[in-house]
Amino acid sequence: MDITSMTAVELGKSIKEGKLSVAEVVSAFLRRMDMVEKDVRGFVTIDREGVLLRAKEVQKLIDEGKLKGPLAGVPVAVKDNLCTKGLRTTCGSKILEDFKPAFTAEAVRNLEKAGAVIIGKTNMDEFAMGSTTETSFFGAARNPWNLEHVPGGSSGGSCAAVAACECPFALGTDTGGSIRQPSSFCGVVGLKPTYGTVSRYGLIAYGSSLDQIGPIAKDVTDCAAALEVLASYDSKDSTSIDRSRVSAFSARPDRGVSLDEESGLSLSEGHAFDRGVSGVSLDEESGLSLSEGHALDGGEGYDFMSALVNDVRGMRIGIPRDYFGDGLDREVKERILAAIKALKDRGAMVEEFDLSLVRYAIPAYYVIASAEASSNLSRFDGVKYGYRAGEYEGLHNMYKRTRQEGFGAEVKRRIMLGSFVLSSGYYDAYYLKALKVKALIKEAFDRAFARFDVIIAPAAPTTAPKLGESLRDPIKMYLGDIYTVSVNLAGLPGISVPVGTDSKGLPVGMQFIGNCFEENKIIRAAFSLEQTLADMGVKGGKALWPEGMIR
Amino acid sequence: MKNKISDETIEYVGILAKLELSCEEKENAKADMEKMLDYIDILNELDTEDVAPLSHVFPVNNVFREDAVSQRDGSEDTLGNAPLSKSGCFKVPKTIG
Amino acid sequence: MARRYDTVIGLEVHVELATKTKIFCSCSTEFGGAPNSHTCPVCTGMPGALPVLNRQVVEYALAIGLAANCEISRVCKFDRKNYFYPDNPQNYQISQLYLPIAANGFVEIEAGGGKKRVRIHEMHMEEDAGKLIHDEWDDTSLVDFNRSGVPLVEIVSEPDMCSAEEVIAYLEKLRMIIQYLGASDCKLEEGSMRADVNLSVREAGAESLGTRTEMKNLNSFKAIARAIEAERMRQIELLEAGKEVIQETRRWDDNKEVSFAMRSKEDAQDYRYFPDPDLVPIVISDQWIEQIRARQPEFRTEKLERYRRVFDIPQYDAEIITASKHMADIFEAASAICGKPKKVSNWLMVETLRLLKERNMEPEEIAFSPENLAKLVELTEGKAINSSVAKDVFERIFLEDVDPVVYVDEHGLRMVHDEGELEGALKCVIRENPQAVFDYRSGKEKALGALVGQTMKAMKGKADPGLVNRKLREMLSADK
Repeated sequence: MDITSMTAVELGKSIKEGKLSVAEVVSAFLRRMDMVEKDVRGFVTIDREGVLLRAKEVQKLIDEGKLKGPLAGVPVAVKDNLCTKGLRTTCGSKILEDFKPAFTAEAVRNLEKAGAVIIGKTNMDEFAMGSTTETSFFGAARNPWNLEHVPGGSSGGSCAAVAACECPFALGTDTGGSIRQPSSFCGVVGLKPTYGTVSRYGLIAYGSSLDQIGPIAKDVTDCAAALEVLASYDSKDSTSIDRSRVSAFSARPDRGVSLDEESGLSLSEGHAFDRGVSGVSLDEESGLSLSEGHALDGGEGYDFMSALVNDVRGMRIGIPRDYFGDGLDREVKERILAAIKALKDRGAMVEEFDLSLVRYAIPAYYVIASAEASSNLSRFDGVKYGYRAGEYEGLHNMYKRTRQEGFGAEVKRRIMLGSFVLSSGYYDAYYLKALKVKALIKEAFDRAFARFDVIIAPAAPTTAPKLGESLRDPIKMYLGDIYTVSVNLAGLPGISVPVGTDSKGLPVGMQFIGNCFEENKIIRAAFSLEQTLADMGVKGGKALWPEGMIR
Repeated sequence: MKNKISDETIEYVGILAKLELSCEEKENAKADMEKMLDYIDILNELDTEDVAPLSHVFPVNNVFREDAVSQRDGSEDTLGNAPLSKSGCFKVPKTIG
Repeated sequence: MARRYDTVIGLEVHVELATKTKIFCSCSTEFGGAPNSHTCPVCTGMPGALPVLNRQVVEYALAIGLAANCEISRVCKFDRKNYFYPDNPQNYQISQLYLPIAANGFVEIEAGGGKKRVRIHEMHMEEDAGKLIHDEWDDTSLVDFNRSGVPLVEIVSEPDMCSAEEVIAYLEKLRMIIQYLGASDCKLEEGSMRADVNLSVREAGAESLGTRTEMKNLNSFKAIARAIEAERMRQIELLEAGKEVIQETRRWDDNKEVSFAMRSKEDAQDYRYFPDPDLVPIVISDQWIEQIRARQPEFRTEKLERYRRVFDIPQYDAEIITASKHMADIFEAASAICGKPKKVSNWLMVETLRLLKERNMEPEEIAFSPENLAKLVELTEGKAINSSVAKDVFERIFLEDVDPVVYVDEHGLRMVHDEGELEGALKCVIRENPQAVFDYRSGKEKALGALVGQTMKAMKGKADPGLVNRKLREMLSADK
């Protein structure tokens, strides 16, 4: 079998068994890049020298028995908004064109510790703002299924690279759908974990309260294996959550998810933090004593591989009617309904319901994300790092010209909007209002998860549009996020899996949404669907490979 | 368009955001913002009078570090990407006062 | 000036907390160090870096809030204050606006012969900015982030003060409370305590407040007093000339003794505060508050009361000593060792204050150990050294914290108690100073002093002056 069409776990196994060497594997992917990268443009930076040195190191550790995990020796591509020490990290922006971070993001470090080999940094919408990867300063990435189409975004480079077999798996980030939507467009599997599951330390922030890092791979198994490595409690990220102290109460649907007995406090009860004391405080004084984390080597809350079970009997699946009405492409709808039927046939209990509030998710999302972005991106000012304008008169003019020249149109659009909604006199009307709507959306999901184990939604209203089609009308582009943004607002996990192709031959993706900390339920559902579709011979999941590859 | 954004507002937001917009960009920004705000205004269909705003999805409180020094001299890394520096400091156009 | 005006003053006081590390990262807060040596990705706003709150900052802030009679917020949060300036690496400062840690307190001050309460509106935690240095050579500014992220509390008073005297009394009171808590050294000159003055004037008896200005860059009590007087006069002159006071921030230049408006088109003063999504709320329980309360030290009023009961020292001395926690600590420790509080108090009140004044030092800068002061008291009380030797030895203690026992022995300064040796010296002095002897015997008492002095000199200062005096009188009258 061609090395580049193998999955990450298959490669890891072959390497461990000595059937393949790390250098062989890495070289195969580098050759593949030489072949297709000029068309795909999935990468901003390829670390050709570093990767071969690293391959030797990792091989040695594997041979010595010091690296035993399923991803040891497996190449990985990293989205270019994740800091990599000494390796340039651009966020797809001119303003960081030559930026070399002094430290590596925690999620990437976790991969390195597991023996993964970073082969490069992937293309993305500038500062993750966009759904097509066309706003990248380094040029648009292409959809490997059809080079005239976009790969989606903002993690479009990562998804395109996986789809084009330039790497077996990749890291993406998801603020409003940026892992799930491009995964759907590229026919790969992308998982956005519960907020707080993967450390954000070293992720160059877009919307801090929404951003999560997650894996993108050819199948559900790889995603579960990668998440097991990525997820960790990190004391450097105050919003990181020690999942070993959170236990899922699936037996008590009314209770949602609660912390362990010690606290006796339920997360779904105390979500309005202003009622803080009824929140997650464990010891009286210091609250959640997260420092005792014993998380890294799996254990409760960090074991995702065990959820790879091909069985959905009795699983309660909710289908929000509001997600299947106007605006959803007919062919996309058909593929998804077929997938739902397949699950039903396997014994899942499928039921329609009204999620409600769907139309408010996008405006709330854009207010919150833009506001946070306007503040997060103010540090790019030409003083400490990155681009500085060549000519300016005085300090404030230096700021303005640097930012004017360094940022692209979409980034500026969101910074302007974000600055406006936070400005004097508008804070309550826009920002506070959006935070209240966010609370309502969270409650709507809480109600839904009292009834269902997982919720099914499209990942996007259509398959991948053609290059240049989307950017013209921003609001229309934003509407494409309708099935993904509310998951970020509510902090929930979501996974996008391929369920076939449309008449143009472009992949259709479907999303499973889980309650917070219930990744294992969506992984199980997604894995079961993937196996079922493969058995049925439907062009979905692994059945797409290697056909989908451009040659 | 229900929302009207004046030239002064765009100018003002440009000062807040430190973006020097050209005339054309200002006009585009005005139109974009008006459209977005009209769209965002649908949030007003919802009565949120008694709803507590939700900043953090999970009610995690009191995440602290202990007060112990662990950093060594960081000047080299700090200045490693500086566009302009002098005597171990970042160099910027003269500030007032 | 025909009309009379009242001055209304409120203060915003920033205090740098005495933590070992910065508020959101584990960089040292130590002063000095090469530029940017105490920095890391967090305090220089590197992309991807995230803040984690230093618990000690909250504990100091709680202690100050409680000592200033504030209500403690049971849930408090950090907000981002957005503005561009090169000393602010993220171009937002992490501060507290919507839910500050403490509010509605007061401190009691004594000024103008009476007691008065200055109310505290609110108190919050925030991070300090870096330092800007002007580079004359190429007319640019240089940024050093060593101070960036040093924890501050900002204490915002109500406009309850009406004179420089009251302002200084308030600042001194705050400083004393915070120093007693050990939460900061509160040095105005070094910037670990900074005060911005909000001042307005109104015609005497007027109901509503006038337009206020905010004065920054006040680096000493003297500068504060001068700036208040100048700003008061400036505003009165404006009003007298029929002009308006503009609400603005002004910067005081203490060399020129004038202030300048700090306005610019680019300073919109619209900080777009919103809750920092990178930090989680702080929930303060009753137990936590009680723990902090239990750890509070004895404050000055309680200390004074105890001194009155326990130590036999004048009220005035007690007030001076307790005005500085450091001095009070030395007093108590030295008294406990030697058991002579009155003598210890004398050394502090006379020689210590004299030396501090001579050297332009604050009581906080006293560097000697109470053990050495106690030993000195024991040496003098045991008549091992005489008082003039003791003064010299004390100066060595003050300057170098020498062990007085070792010092006295090494320099052979112990008093000579051998009467034979003294008589020999006296005989010599009487023989060599016939004129003085004659004068004394003729009734000129003063002449005795010269003879005592000569004797002490002959004894190399190690004689007991009282004994010399008595012996001399005896010998002079016996020989008559």
